Amino acid sequence: MTGYTEKIREAAKRLLTEKKVDCFIGFRKGSVPMVNYPVIVSDPAKADELIWDANCAMNLANYVIGRKDKVGILATGCVARNLVTLVQENQIKREQLYIIGLPCSGMIDKSQVIDKYGDVEIVSVIDKGDTFAVEAGDKTDVLKKADFLSRNCKICAHHNPIEYDEIIGDKVADPETYIKPEDVKKSESMSDAERWEFFEKTFSPCIRCYACRNACPMCYCPTCFVDESRPQWVGKSSDETDTLTFHFLRALHLAGRCTDCGACERACPIDIPVRYLTSRLNADAKEIYGFESGLDPKMRPLLDHYKLDDLNDFFK
Amino acid sequence: MSEWEPKIVTILCNWCTYGAADLAGVNRLQYPTNFKVIRVPCTGRISPKMILAAFRSGADGVWISGCHPGDCHYIEGNFYARRRFTMLKALLKHVGIDERRLHFSWISAAEGPKFAATAKEVIASVKQAGPAHQLIKTKAQVI
Ligand code: SF4
Ligand code: SF4
Ligand code: SF4
Ligand code: FES
Repeated sequence: MTGYTEKIREAAKRLLTEKKVDCFIGFRKGSVPMVNYPVIVSDPAKADELIWDANCAMNLANYVIGRKDKVGILATGCVARNLVTLVQENQIKREQLYIIGLPCSGMIDKSQVIDKYGDVEIVSVIDKGDTFAVEAGDKTDVLKKADFLSRNCKICAHHNPIEYDEIIGDKVADPETYIKPEDVKKSESMSDAERWEFFEKTFSPCIRCYACRNACPMCYCPTCFVDESRPQWVGKSSDETDTLTFHFLRALHLAGRCTDCGACERACPIDIPVRYLTSRLNADAKEIYGFESGLDPKMRPLLDHYKLDDLNDFFK
Repeated sequence: MSEWEPKIVTILCNWCTYGAADLAGVNRLQYPTNFKVIRVPCTGRISPKMILAAFRSGADGVWISGCHPGDCHYIEGNFYARRRFTMLKALLKHVGIDERRLHFSWISAAEGPKFAATAKEVIASVKQAGPAHQLIKTKAQVI
C-alpha cells in the first residue's frame, strides 16, 4: 500500500482540473501518530496534501451522504461496499461518485501498538509495506504489520474494491474461503448463560458517547432511535439495560448493511469490541441468505427484499 | 403459593391470527389467559423494537403471529417481516436470550383450533424458560 500517495495526488489533481468532480475526499496527515484526518479537497493546488498509508482507517463513505455535487473518493474494499450500500439506500447517486479503488492489505490497529508501548510516548509511525517503523521514546522499532492488523482486517474477505471507476495499485489476494471470525466460532459452543455474561461484560463499560454510531457510514438516520422520545425505545442514562439495549438495536439496524469496515471499533474511546454483534449478524446473513452487503449497486439490501422460500422453519 | 404464571406479550395481525383468536373464543376452545394481545394491521408493521420493548418491560415471552406466507392482506408484508424476525432471532441468540421466550406462527382466521393449540405450546415453552431476568429495565435505584 505504500506508493499510493503519489498516484492519488495525481488522480485528484486531474479529476479536479478536468472538472470531472467538484471535490475529492481523501486523507491528510494527522497531528498525532496513527491518526490521519479525512479531508475534502476542492482546489487542485491542495491535492498535494493528500496521503495514503495503513493509518487511513476512518470510513470516508461517511462524507458522501446527502451531497449534491460530484464527488471523487478513495475506497478500499470495505469502503467501496459501504458506498454501494449507500447507493442502494438512495443516499447518493452512483453517477455522483467517482470512485478511486485502492486494493487494501489492512489497517494498523493503533490500540495494539499503543498497548505495546505502554507509557512510552510514540513519536511517529511510518508505513513501510509489510512492516512499519515505530519511533517511541529514544528508539525506533520495525514491526510486522501482520501482527498488528485491525481485527476486522484479519478476516477481511474483500480486500479489493468491487465497484470503482479507476483502480490504483495491484490487486491483493483475498482468502479462498470465507473466514469465520474466531470469536464467532467460540460463542457458538457457549451456553445462553455464558453468552449473556459475555455480552454484559463486553458492553456494560460503554459510556454511550455514540462515537461508534457517528463513525459508521450506515448510521445516517436523521433521528437515531436513541434520541427518540415518543416512544422512548431506550433510556438516555448509563443504566446497564439501556446500554445493552443500545448495542442490541444498533447491531440489528446494521443487519445486512454492515461491511465490517471496523470504523466503529476504532472510534471507541474505551476499546469496546463494538463489532462483536455486527460481525455475528454478518456471518448469519452469509450463512442463512448467502448475502454479503454492498457487492452490487443493483441489488436491494438484505431486509429490503425477500424470496418466497426464505427460511421459515421457526414458524409454527 | 400459587404456581408462577408467565406474562406473554402477543402481537397479532388483524386479518388472520386476531380473527383466529376470536374464533377460538366464539367456539369456547379453552386456552390459557397469560396473553396480553396487541393487534396490528400486519406482521410487516412489527418492528423488532416493539419486541424488545416487551422484554424490557418485563415480558417473560413474546409471541408473534400473522397470515400464512402468500395470504398477507398487503401481499408481501409478512415476507419482509420474516427476514427481519430471522435476524432478530439470530441476534437474541448471540446475546444469550433463551430461544423459548420468542415464538412465531402463521395462523389464518379459520384456524381457531390451531390458535388454541399454539397458545398452549407457547405457554409451556415460556414456562420451561422460567421468569425473565435479562434486559428488564428496572426503576432507577437511589443509593
Ligand atoms: S443506530 Fe439505528 S437508528 Fe441509530 S443511526 Fe444507526 S441505523 Fe439509525
Ligand atoms: S457497524 Fe462498524 S464495521 Fe459495520 S459498517 Fe458500521 S462502522 Fe463499519
Ligand atoms: S464508541 Fe464505545 S463508549 Fe462510545 S457509545 Fe460506542 S461502544 Fe460506547
Ligand atoms: S396482513 Fe396478516 S401478515 Fe400481513
